[in-house]
Amino acid sequence: MNYFPENLRINIGKYIDQAIEWLMQNFGGIFDGISAGIIWFLRQIEILMFFVPWWAVLILIFLITWRVINAKAALAYSLMFFLVGCFGLWESMILTLSIVLSSVIFSMVIGIPLGILMAASDRFNSYTRPILDAMQTMPSFVYLIPALLLFGMGKVPAVFATMIYAIPPVMRLTDLGIRNVPKEMIEAAHSFGSSNLQTLIKIQLPQALPTIMAGINQTIMMALSMVVIASMIGARGLGLDVLQAIQHIDIGKGFEAGICIVFLAIIIDRLTQSIGARFKYPK
Amino acid sequence: MTVKLNVEGLTKIFGRNPRAMLEKLEQGLTKDTILKEFGHTVGINQVSLEVNEGEIFVIMGLSGSGKSTLIRCLNLLNRPTAGKIMVDGEDIVKYDGKRLKAYRQHKVAMVFQHFGLFTHRKVIDNVAYGLEVRGISPAERRELAQKVIDIVGLNGWEEMYPNELSGGMQQRVGLARALATDPEILLMDEPFSALDPLIRREMQQELLDIQARLKKTIIFISHDINEAFKLGDRVAIMKDGVVEQMGTPDEILAKPKNDYIKKFVQDIDRSKILQAKNIMIRPNALVSLKDGLKVAIKEMEQAGISSIFVLDHERRLQGLVTIDDAIKALKEHKPIKDILQHTYSTTAPETYMNELIQIATETKYPIAVIDNDQKLLGIIARVTVLSNLV
Ligand SMILES: Nc1ncnc2c1ncn2[C@@H]1O[C@H](COP(=O)(O)OP(=O)(O)OP(=O)(O)O)[C@@H](O)[C@H]1O
Ligand SMILES: [Mg+2]
Repeated sequence: MNYFPENLRINIGKYIDQAIEWLMQNFGGIFDGISAGIIWFLRQIEILMFFVPWWAVLILIFLITWRVINAKAALAYSLMFFLVGCFGLWESMILTLSIVLSSVIFSMVIGIPLGILMAASDRFNSYTRPILDAMQTMPSFVYLIPALLLFGMGKVPAVFATMIYAIPPVMRLTDLGIRNVPKEMIEAAHSFGSSNLQTLIKIQLPQALPTIMAGINQTIMMALSMVVIASMIGARGLGLDVLQAIQHIDIGKGFEAGICIVFLAIIIDRLTQSIGARFKYPK
Repeated sequence: MTVKLNVEGLTKIFGRNPRAMLEKLEQGLTKDTILKEFGHTVGINQVSLEVNEGEIFVIMGLSGSGKSTLIRCLNLLNRPTAGKIMVDGEDIVKYDGKRLKAYRQHKVAMVFQHFGLFTHRKVIDNVAYGLEVRGISPAERRELAQKVIDIVGLNGWEEMYPNELSGGMQQRVGLARALATDPEILLMDEPFSALDPLIRREMQQELLDIQARLKKTIIFISHDINEAFKLGDRVAIMKDGVVEQMGTPDEILAKPKNDYIKKFVQDIDRSKILQAKNIMIRPNALVSLKDGLKVAIKEMEQAGISSIFVLDHERRLQGLVTIDDAIKALKEHKPIKDILQHTYSTTAPETYMNELIQIATETKYPIAVIDNDQKLLGIIARVTVLSNLV
């Protein structure tokens, strides 16, 4: 028989526990603060989302889609939303959307400045790249572990894990977009005496905007897929419906919840892509 | 004539440790050796020149001779490795960040070879960019931008995006953007090289027209000797990062300093550089309307010519009288007005020789050079034009 020797075993879990404990003891306040912040923000988003009546949501989706895509798509998307309601999953969907929206906003607020930093500093870039690569190859549910350890069960770790998982694309594409701005354009900006900040705001960011929008689109899609997984650590929403259906071997209910997630994915993807396309300039 | 810009011993070396290469240059190592043995590129080496206020100073040379390196030093897009750049008596190399910004915002502007336009901004917002950076209010910068848009002939294109315009139009935007801040010095790095020959000629003329009005100090880069000699009040010819010869086009044409310059000058097509005003002469016989026929005939007789131009009291050209007509009219007691001919050709002083040739082959009288008010500036004998062909 081929066994690995027992005495070479390293109990890494013990050290992790210790590290987390140490973190909690020394920086517990910070995590409490973050936690309170996330909860407060999430709460505002939820209040906002539940404030709008269901028919207003349908009309809104219809009008937006009509404007950025066309009438046919507008009809299809509002019908999809209507079906979600008919399946009895309206509330779950709003909860899911709230977490997605919060996570995406956090991801953008953190990811875009970091992406700008990556474009500005080759050194920062060379440190960040491998981390981003690792983050994107890691199976998504791995993110649940640190989130769980730091924040316990509930919505906060769900938002946290989703945010960490969804940050890389927006960072990467912000960096890429800024780096791809033609050199002569930057030089022209400097030749008129622009400061670095003026060049960034007036030239680099607008030029990079279509690329950044593509990054945001990817970030949103990743957040959506992560939210479903995050239901394992206690986020309510469509993911939880799927999870419960699996546990009760309730194929019908699982199918309904699954279809709703697909609807959301399609609508959000197409809408953000079409909105992103509006930021392109004549080439 | 005041000196606007004075460059002294300017050297720019590209590479990891450019300062260390200065010594090697002083020891007399060549550009090639420094590149091969030390991996550094000498962009320009000990360039000194003076540019006068209000002149077009053209720097020309083959690809890689260091023209761009030099002009980019003048607004510090390139940091010189050694040397001074005195503008109005101040060494701009010593400027700190704040003063450099002020220098770029107020005194100098650049036009780029590939335009360097901001594709996400409309034409008007491209033109207004320099003013925007300076912090001028939207209303005021729009007004100022509109003025230069009128000057460069971009009316009606204000709300377009640069990529919707043709190359020639795009470079007009580049020029307007540079003029909008009303800089004293204009740096133009091969601004017309990316354009079709026809458009290029049009833009060259336009630049000369604008310059006649605005009187900027222009440093213009070209690799085309015809363009250089056509535009330049003075020209510097560069080779391998060094200025080989500097002077007015006439000086360089008359006394090329060495074989390298001679070869360059051979390429010149004189007919594309000489203009009517360069070859016209003051007519040695003229009559005024009020002088009458007798005077006209006497003038022609004295000068030994068979036709004469007639002017009014403000030197405006009225017509031409031939000796045959004059004698006939004298017999018939007709006034000079009745026999004025208009079959001669006129031309503007800026017309180039190559266009004059066409005119000269078609007319039988001297060509009259007149300004916008019809005033006679000089005449060009057909023989002058046609003999220049050989
Ligand atoms: N940023 C740079 N880094 C390294 N070498 C450079 C750099 N810029 C220019 N050089 C080198 O300096 C030399 C002079 O180049 P420069 O661009 O000034 O030539 P040029 O006369 O403008 O040529 P062209 O007509 O092709 O524009 C060339 O050998 C070029 O390779
Ligand atoms: Mg060049």
